[in-house]
Amino acid sequence: MSTNEWPLWEVFIRSKQGLNHKHVGSLRAPDATLALENARDVYTRRSEGISIWVVESAHIHATDIDEADAFFEPSDTKIYRHPTFYEVPDGVKHM
Amino acid sequence: MTQAEKERRFQEKIDKEIKIEPNDWMPDEYRQTLVRQISQHAHSEIVGMLPEGNWITRAPNLRRKAVLLAKVQDEAGHGLYLYSAVETLGTSREQTIDDLHSGKAKYSSIFNYPALTWADIGAIGWLVDGAAIMNQVALCRTSYGPYARAMVKICKEESFHQRQGYESLMKLCSGTPQQKAMAQDAMNRFWWPALMMFGPSDAASTHSDQSIKWKIKRFTNDELRQSFVDATVEQAQILGLTIPDPNLKWNEERGHYDFSEINWDEFWQVVKGNGPCNKERLAARVKAKEEGMWVREAATAFAKKRAMKQSA
Repeated sequence: MSTNEWPLWEVFIRSKQGLNHKHVGSLRAPDATLALENARDVYTRRSEGISIWVVESAHIHATDIDEADAFFEPSDTKIYRHPTFYEVPDGVKHM
Repeated sequence: MTQAEKERRFQEKIDKEIKIEPNDWMPDEYRQTLVRQISQHAHSEIVGMLPEGNWITRAPNLRRKAVLLAKVQDEAGHGLYLYSAVETLGTSREQTIDDLHSGKAKYSSIFNYPALTWADIGAIGWLVDGAAIMNQVALCRTSYGPYARAMVKICKEESFHQRQGYESLMKLCSGTPQQKAMAQDAMNRFWWPALMMFGPSDAASTHSDQSIKWKIKRFTNDELRQSFVDATVEQAQILGLTIPDPNLKWNEERGHYDFSEINWDEFWQVVKGNGPCNKERLAARVKAKEEGMWVREAATAFAKKRAMKQSA
């Protein structure tokens, strides 16, 4: 038997209350309980977190890097979604 | 898209300082270079625990013992960040570790030297970690995203390693003549191996040019070695230790210290497996894997049992 049988887990850490969980890396562990304990030992030896999420890497679905241009095109072409698209007179305040 | 077109676009990204991420297209050789370099780096962290681990139970007091434990635990963590980074390149962790155990993969030659006295632990922290940091700070800007991110974390943690070593030597150097002599002896034995950590000279380095072009490396081996010498001379003076090199002197024209030629025969002997501790280090890693097998098996069995209970 080898560690190959252990799934890969992605580790997300909330560094403090009010901030979102952020991906910090990955590790291998036989189950979620040990993945959380290993994540604590590997990624939070210096108070980097107050909460950890682990997700089996196999459960993550991602966009295709080769299709990225087409996939994200709708947001690139709509410059009118940004406030700088609009002209307002110099005197107008609080806008 | 043709191969040439892909390669051109890849180099364009590198030139524009856009990081390469795991699923991006990359030339096979870029991938292979990274696997070789990152795994070598990971193995160095793991094998590096051995000379120091040997001193944990022999540390002179509780403070030094706690510090050494924390340091060795950090090295384990650093090895794990780096093994994860290798895995993002499509090489299995098992394979990476097996390549170390079969002797196919290398690790830093410095760890094939023994830590004979307590002063060696100080010298390892100051000189070996110091040299490693010089290398690693440069790698924080490496072109492969996961490697760069691992390096940033490692550098943050590593600076205490060097400081604790220096502090420990400071204590010895201000102690009895015997303690001072022990510190000088450690310096004498670790200085040259520390300089060898930067690898072969630029003229003899086979991978350097392409690695610089791909921005895997930002500085050449000789540039980093020079920065290390320049930074370390004054630190040695403050300790009152003599660097074991009669040719070490400031070169006003170059704005750097000159130093003697490294004994490259010794370097290649150690790289090829004939250093003082090569066999011992590898044997310890293989033994750890084999004798720790039952722990991994037990963990797997326990996880299965718990999963069954939960679904019942």
